[in-house]
Amino acid sequence: MTILETERYVGKSVPRLEDDRLLRGSGRFVDDVDVPGQAWVRMVRSQLAHARIAGIDTTAAREAPGVLAVLTAEDVADADVIPLRLDWPGYELEPFLQPILARGRVRYVGEPIALVVADTPYAAEDAAELIEVDLEPLEVVLDAREGIAEGATELRDGRSNEAAVLEKGYGDVDAAFARAAHVVRGDFTIGRHTGVPMETRGLVADYDPGRGRLTIWGATLVTHYHRRVLSKLLGLALNQIEYRPTDSGGSFGVRGDFFPEDYLVAYLAYKLGRPVKWVEDRAEHLVATNHARQQRYEIEAAFDDEGRLLGLRTEIWQDEGAYIRPTGIAVAEITLGILPGPYRLPAYRATLHDVATNKTPIGAYRAPGRYQTAFVRERLLDIAAAQIGIDPVTIRRRNLISPEEVPWEPGLFYAGESFLLDSGDFTGMLEKSLEAAGFDEWQEEAARLRAEGRLVGNGIGYWIDKSGLGVYETAGIDVDPSGKIRVLTGGASTGQGIETVMAQIAADVLRVSPAQIEVIYGDTNLIPDGVGSWSSRSTVIGGSAVQAAAIATVEKARRLAGQFLEVAEDDLEVADGRITVRGSPALGFTFGELAAANDTLTAARLEEEPGLGARRIYVDQHMNYPYGVNLVQVEIDPELGHVEVRRSFCSCECGRAINPMLVAGQAHGGVAQGLGGALLEEFVYDENGHPRATSFMDYLLPTALEVPPIETLLLEDAPTPTNPLGAKGMGETGIIGMGAAIGNAIDDALQRPDTVHALPVTPERMCALLETTVDGAPESANGGKGAQ
Amino acid sequence: MTTRTVRIEINGTTYERTIEPRLLLSDFIRHEAHLTGTHVGCEHGVCGACTVQLDGRPVRSCLLLAVQAEGHSLRTVEALAEPGADLHPLQQAFHEEHALQCGFCTPGFLMSLEPFVRETPLDALDEDTIRAALAGNLCRCTGYQNIVKAVRVAAERIQAAP
Repeated sequence: MTILETERYVGKSVPRLEDDRLLRGSGRFVDDVDVPGQAWVRMVRSQLAHARIAGIDTTAAREAPGVLAVLTAEDVADADVIPLRLDWPGYELEPFLQPILARGRVRYVGEPIALVVADTPYAAEDAAELIEVDLEPLEVVLDAREGIAEGATELRDGRSNEAAVLEKGYGDVDAAFARAAHVVRGDFTIGRHTGVPMETRGLVADYDPGRGRLTIWGATLVTHYHRRVLSKLLGLALNQIEYRPTDSGGSFGVRGDFFPEDYLVAYLAYKLGRPVKWVEDRAEHLVATNHARQQRYEIEAAFDDEGRLLGLRTEIWQDEGAYIRPTGIAVAEITLGILPGPYRLPAYRATLHDVATNKTPIGAYRAPGRYQTAFVRERLLDIAAAQIGIDPVTIRRRNLISPEEVPWEPGLFYAGESFLLDSGDFTGMLEKSLEAAGFDEWQEEAARLRAEGRLVGNGIGYWIDKSGLGVYETAGIDVDPSGKIRVLTGGASTGQGIETVMAQIAADVLRVSPAQIEVIYGDTNLIPDGVGSWSSRSTVIGGSAVQAAAIATVEKARRLAGQFLEVAEDDLEVADGRITVRGSPALGFTFGELAAANDTLTAARLEEEPGLGARRIYVDQHMNYPYGVNLVQVEIDPELGHVEVRRSFCSCECGRAINPMLVAGQAHGGVAQGLGGALLEEFVYDENGHPRATSFMDYLLPTALEVPPIETLLLEDAPTPTNPLGAKGMGETGIIGMGAAIGNAIDDALQRPDTVHALPVTPERMCALLETTVDGAPESANGGKGAQ
Repeated sequence: MTTRTVRIEINGTTYERTIEPRLLLSDFIRHEAHLTGTHVGCEHGVCGACTVQLDGRPVRSCLLLAVQAEGHSLRTVEALAEPGADLHPLQQAFHEEHALQCGFCTPGFLMSLEPFVRETPLDALDEDTIRAALAGNLCRCTGYQNIVKAVRVAAERIQAAP
């Protein structure tokens, strides 16, 4: 069946199905779930970055009003460490996995040491303050590079802090540098920031001893994985554990990982026989939920005399924080896999040191590895252009992979597969983006304003993403006799609009309105298996599974209608929610009527399963590679060091934009977050490893005043051949090239290439850069100066 | 802990409860009145997700104690549209302009903006004015772009209505 010929909703900006309840305040987020008799959990967390636990006195807490239980590591000794979700062979990460509660030693401020369960949240919080933890401070490691230096303090006795070393590459790099006309070097750092969804984490668990069922709300991202982990840790069968869906106040990859609390809350409900609830507060969130990003690069690129890339080599230090969380080595793998980007790079060699430090563990935050590598690669290109004497657009034109060179597969293996650009018009994207943004006018405007003495400049961040990891996804269609159609997906809602997108895809196959469709996710009772929503995979893989299930549903409807009407299936057509005899629109059935008519007796006679619907699993062939361009114009306030983003443009190659309004929305949100990481957001630590950013007064999220109007350009020039929709994942667009574009724009504003080497460019750092600009002393690696 | 009986009016209904004086208004609304449309995002008055209206003016319910709301009239997101009835024009504009994604911050935006779209003269509704009005509420999903659009659309419709 050719879907594209008959589509009506795919490709259109269909308003969202999930909006109505959210706008009315009728959404059901995890803290909106209450179970009668529920008790409340309060965590006790380490106040020191690195210390031996000499003792924990819980006496006073146990005697406090309303307290039901107090737990320390001894009480959960049966439970092992939190396992990996993404586990590629070749790494020995076991010693770095996080215990459920700290055992004998704490390694970051915020690490769970104990917890209190009490009748009310206020009582639990009061009692938690009565727990006395005797900590003997140890030397701290706060820098990845220092963490693997000779004589560095070990976070694990007798074990280096280097959790892993990754080496990847292809081609003869040394030969490339030997024949280079130009070699450009840089030392770059990307700060520590993260997703910070507006809803903090939360969990509710309820054990029914009669049925032996443990029900959990709040694990929103990959519920089937959570169920597998919990099953192992608690020793319960998979089908004794039920995850229920809720609305989710954002994820961006961080909210929804399996954290210690995911075990503890479930364990307590199971052991106490009483429902248990936990809601993280914001101060906890900023030290307990995954951080992200922090990397330092020493990098050099070789060019010929016309600015064509010959080779790239780099050494990278990644500050992993105290433990390896479930995404394992993924951020490091992706970093090395995506660094070459959309450029014709003949030779490449990269080494990454993944180092444990006394900070909150990192994880995957929207576009992990891509944001950092785009900053480094695009900055290096601008610096090279200046050195070689060409402009930033020209150096990109000369190096972008041309349409004739696609598919591009240079022999780089990462994240379990080969780096393969299966489709793409990278040069076309650049030209169309510059044209659509009116970049020439931006340039004229900036030059004019600079002539007036203002510090205004433009920057380009060409970005490439990867989407669709996770191999497969499940889907189901159930037609209710009433005519209502239920679509089941193994994906998850993180606010991205999955209900609408899945409904659009199903509606086009079934020829019904999306309003007739209800999309169910995250419910392990209704959906036996699923892989969840991460790596921009839901539309690409989940959507392809929904399409397959819808096609199978139509096939069954044809069989049934053919039998009931005694006509050949070829004489039937599907339109407006009905399946009818071609040329006789009055002769036919709605899907609901077919579902009702195919009752058990009828189904037995027809040798069909009763009802109407189908289940399908879609297996993905290969990741796909969205790409696009971030353009920004900035103005620097020379006195305050404030960098204002005056203009912003983002283009995206969608392959197929299922819902352009939602794609643009993803890009907008990405641009705002990318701006945050480039200018505002940073987890700063003092010299003892105490976090300084534990509130929204210190960790600054972009407001409507910092985020400029955002122009978008959505292209469908290069559908991916690996899925039937042709779609590329759009969840991580917008953000990737923002650090790069802003860094490049600051250099341009100062008319001084090679200035920005570290993100975020906070006012303090900007002032420092302005000073070095005035006295002419180039500052390399300004990131080393500020906080780690 | 001492307790105290309070009578607090929310959306026209009076809730009489015996509570600890330290109970936050946001917790009263959510856990005593069970009006869960009001969300708590930071509990320190920065994010604006918990914004409700106190005597018609937007306030952060996480920065007030429940006992301070006695004698005042509160309004939460649930009051903007009757269940099953059409959305409030501001909600409708948010829907049409895709001004929400995860929706967690949305009730706070709506309660902050509802007086603004009603009262700000249309000729004063430029981009900077709208963004200044939004600046007390954090959204992590939308980049604010479509919220700005929705505000303009809603203000035009509300002020054009007879």
